[in-house]
Amino acid sequence: MVAAERVAGALGEPSQSDLLAARQTQAMSFVFHIPLVCFGIAFPAMVLFTEGLWLRTGDPVYKALAQRWSKVMLILFAVGVVTGTILSFELGLLWPNFMATFGDVFGVAFALEGFSFFLEAIFIAIYVYGWDRLSPRHHFMVGIPIVITGLAGSLFVISVNAWMNDPTGFDLVGGEVTNVDPWAALFNSDLAFELTHMYLAGYMVAGFLVAGVYARSWLRGDRSPYNRAALIIPLTFAALATPAQLIVGDWTARSVAKDQPVKLASFEGLPKTERGAPFHIGGIYEDGEVKGGIEIPDLLSILADHDTDGKVEGLNSVQPDDRPSAINTVRLSFQAMVFIGTGLAGLAAFYLLVWWRRLRLPRSPWFFRAVVLAGPLALVALICGWITAEVGRQPWIVYELMRTEQAVTDAGGLWVAFALLAAVYLSLLAAVIWLLRRLARTSPEGEAAAPTEGAR
Amino acid sequence: MLPELSLALIIAGLTAYAVLAGADFGAGFWDLTAGGAERGGRVRGMVQRSMSPVWEANHVWLIFVLVLLWTCFPVGFGSIMSTLYVPLFIAAVGIIFRGTAFALRGQAATIGEARVLGALFASSSVLVPFCLGACLGAIAAGQVPVGNAAGDPVTSWLNPTGILVGALAVITGAYLAAVYMAADSARAGLPDLQRAFRVRALGAGIVAGAVAIGGLIVLREDARYLFDGLTSGGGLAFVIASAIAGAATLALVWVGRFDRARFTAAAAVSCVTIGWAFAQSPYLLPESLTLEEAAASDATLVAVLVSGAIGLLVLVPSLYLLYSLTLKGRLDQRFEPLDQRFRPQEAGQARSEE
Ligand code: HDD
Ligand code: HEM
Ligand code: HEM
Repeated sequence: MVAAERVAGALGEPSQSDLLAARQTQAMSFVFHIPLVCFGIAFPAMVLFTEGLWLRTGDPVYKALAQRWSKVMLILFAVGVVTGTILSFELGLLWPNFMATFGDVFGVAFALEGFSFFLEAIFIAIYVYGWDRLSPRHHFMVGIPIVITGLAGSLFVISVNAWMNDPTGFDLVGGEVTNVDPWAALFNSDLAFELTHMYLAGYMVAGFLVAGVYARSWLRGDRSPYNRAALIIPLTFAALATPAQLIVGDWTARSVAKDQPVKLASFEGLPKTERGAPFHIGGIYEDGEVKGGIEIPDLLSILADHDTDGKVEGLNSVQPDDRPSAINTVRLSFQAMVFIGTGLAGLAAFYLLVWWRRLRLPRSPWFFRAVVLAGPLALVALICGWITAEVGRQPWIVYELMRTEQAVTDAGGLWVAFALLAAVYLSLLAAVIWLLRRLARTSPEGEAAAPTEGAR
Repeated sequence: MLPELSLALIIAGLTAYAVLAGADFGAGFWDLTAGGAERGGRVRGMVQRSMSPVWEANHVWLIFVLVLLWTCFPVGFGSIMSTLYVPLFIAAVGIIFRGTAFALRGQAATIGEARVLGALFASSSVLVPFCLGACLGAIAAGQVPVGNAAGDPVTSWLNPTGILVGALAVITGAYLAAVYMAADSARAGLPDLQRAFRVRALGAGIVAGAVAIGGLIVLREDARYLFDGLTSGGGLAFVIASAIAGAATLALVWVGRFDRARFTAAAAVSCVTIGWAFAQSPYLLPESLTLEEAAASDATLVAVLVSGAIGLLVLVPSLYLLYSLTLKGRLDQRFEPLDQRFRPQEAGQARSEE
């Protein structure tokens, strides 16, 4: 493979000794932001669906539920806003050379994202503070833009990440970025699958986590109509998303095989390019091969090419320098994601089947225990997916064009910043959990008792 | 032409941030200085009521400015962020604390909790505008050279100009907040709060004017390029306009026409940011990077301007909807002195809405 031409950083070559601190800070901030994003994607649709049920049936249980959830939505949105703001700062604080060099190529996506966040913030405020103050129909309509901007906001930011995997929309001449075509960069070829995959992940994470809360009360004997609705609605959203996620995951893997062969090779730790490449479940990649684990012949070829004899490029297709250094991290994350995804698809299929054949919830307490576990597991799969994507792309920040160490800041004190931010995030986490538990302890009566017709 | 138009968009966003979010920071300032739980309860209740529906939307202007800056002037953005990492990091952490503490205080169940969260919210409300203002001061004073962390991490912003602009950001926010909340109290029929905020608005307005004028002397010594720009041509015109609008606000507040004062107060602050842009031209980073040199490719600037125009077509009516519902009182929460909230009920039992 011919090495592509490398870019020259617009601010020169950094000499940062604490690159690891910058990477860890970035990763930590994402790990905090991404779960909130899932709620930004999926929660508005669930709340609005519940409100729609109330409008159709007039059953106050649905209204109480929608009101309760919209409060949670506002809190999570506020935390999403502040953590997202940190990320925007970090792009400049940690990776100024990346931004200075490529900011004008992918920036338009972020500019559009800015508008999308604006609309989201505006309509969430009107929606949450407008209960019983706007007519029910108007109130419902105000919720629609929130669902749309949840999609748009993730579209634009995912577009940037997809662009980092598949950089297009410019020419490199003597290491300099020229001939910028921002629209081509925005609609790069990785966008479609990354967005779909993330969007479904959002529904899975938010759906299973919310359902898990009510599955716990179910196990404790709460069979009230309120609890039943609160369990069934998010669980159904998640259960519909999960099987689709397997198909999209497969699409994702095949695209990665085509566009980022080295990343795919690191999913397995495949040393050499070969046909009929195997896949090891478990095991450790060491000294250029996978040791231990269960070898399944041809599986990697099937994953990458839908062909038992498909050719898969190995790590040896590039210089050792250009291979991800943390192969085992990538392998483990990828496998965790796939296993969890498959397991959750089984759970979802069981639920949907029982519902379809018997029109009721499964009876076994084990089912509800599994639902309680499903939320955290989906969250783990989400984080693992991102580790697969990001660590698997290393040492590149922009695939095969700019190395992460070229992008980093020359500023000092990165470990101090990491430690401080870690403390801040921990206290933020504690505060959010405290608040949600507080909210959970107050009975929904307040909401249920509110006047059904509140229009003025 | 394209770089100037893009800069105009950025300055418009910055102005909106200063006028809208600046007032939210100012509300935090009055929260901080409201006195003990009982004495300050009513002021804090008003702060909570005025800010709740709008602060998130107001905050987005900052994101908007950041993304436009890195898209339209990437090299300038990289230089600014890498040199000014200390104040920007502090501001970022302050933003986390402020937003979260405010959101949580709305749900606090005891006065003790509300006090801790309120202190966090209020003190970061002072810290954030100071740091962001100091960054603008550093840029204006020519302390940010082109390069990856090429400027001094401390003296670039902890210098007379940086401190001056930081202080000015805190004071103008307080001034705007006092004017807005005087108007809100008048509309809500709370004469005692109206009086309280009227006094604060007059006081803060006078201090802001004095600091701004005194500041010119500092700038003359410390940031000559900026000083010359502010005292000639377009810069001077906007400085004068700002002074007139400021004086008009004081007069309107004096006679109790708070709804009008809202707009003149906002105009006074807007004129300062616009005048600053004039004073700095043709530089993005004075005397080291011009707007032309810093600008992204034409294709990108066109894309930003086109999508900006389309975005504004959707955004402006939406913002209008939000603010008109807020100003008409359709989204108002009940006014409730912060300390009162915890009286009628047992601790640990959150109030139910309405
Ligand atoms: C609930 C979450 C979840 C589940 C169940 C799955 N994924 Fe996933 N996966 C993600 C959540 C996720 C993610 C967090 O959303 C990622 C990170 C980047 C992206 O686009 O999506 C991701 C990335 C990602 C990548 C790397 C994409 C890249 O580098 O551009 C591959 C190859 C797969 N996934 C494949 C799969 C397969 C074959 C699955 C089958 C079971 C699967 N994922 C289930
Ligand atoms: C645009 C600027 C971005 C930069 C500079 C960046 C860079 C990085 C770097 C250097 C890491 C650490 C990798 C490692 O430790 O080996 C990382 C991790 C991560 N990134 Fe990116 N990335 C960016 C965009 C994104 C986007 C847009 C997303 C999501 C849409 C994303 C998701 C993640 C996640 C979840 C991790 C955590 C992986 C872990 O836990 O180790 N990144 N990023
Ligand atoms: C480079 C990475 C990222 C940056 C710089 C970033 C930036 C931001 C910012 C600034 C906000 C606050 C918006 C506001 O003020 O209303 C935010 C919130 C949000 N972000 Fe991110 N973000 C990143 C990664 C992601 C990812 C990976 C997704 C999803 C796929 C995402 C989707 C969202 C959504 C939907 C919100 C709305 C807030 C919520 O609902 O919680 N962002 N982000």
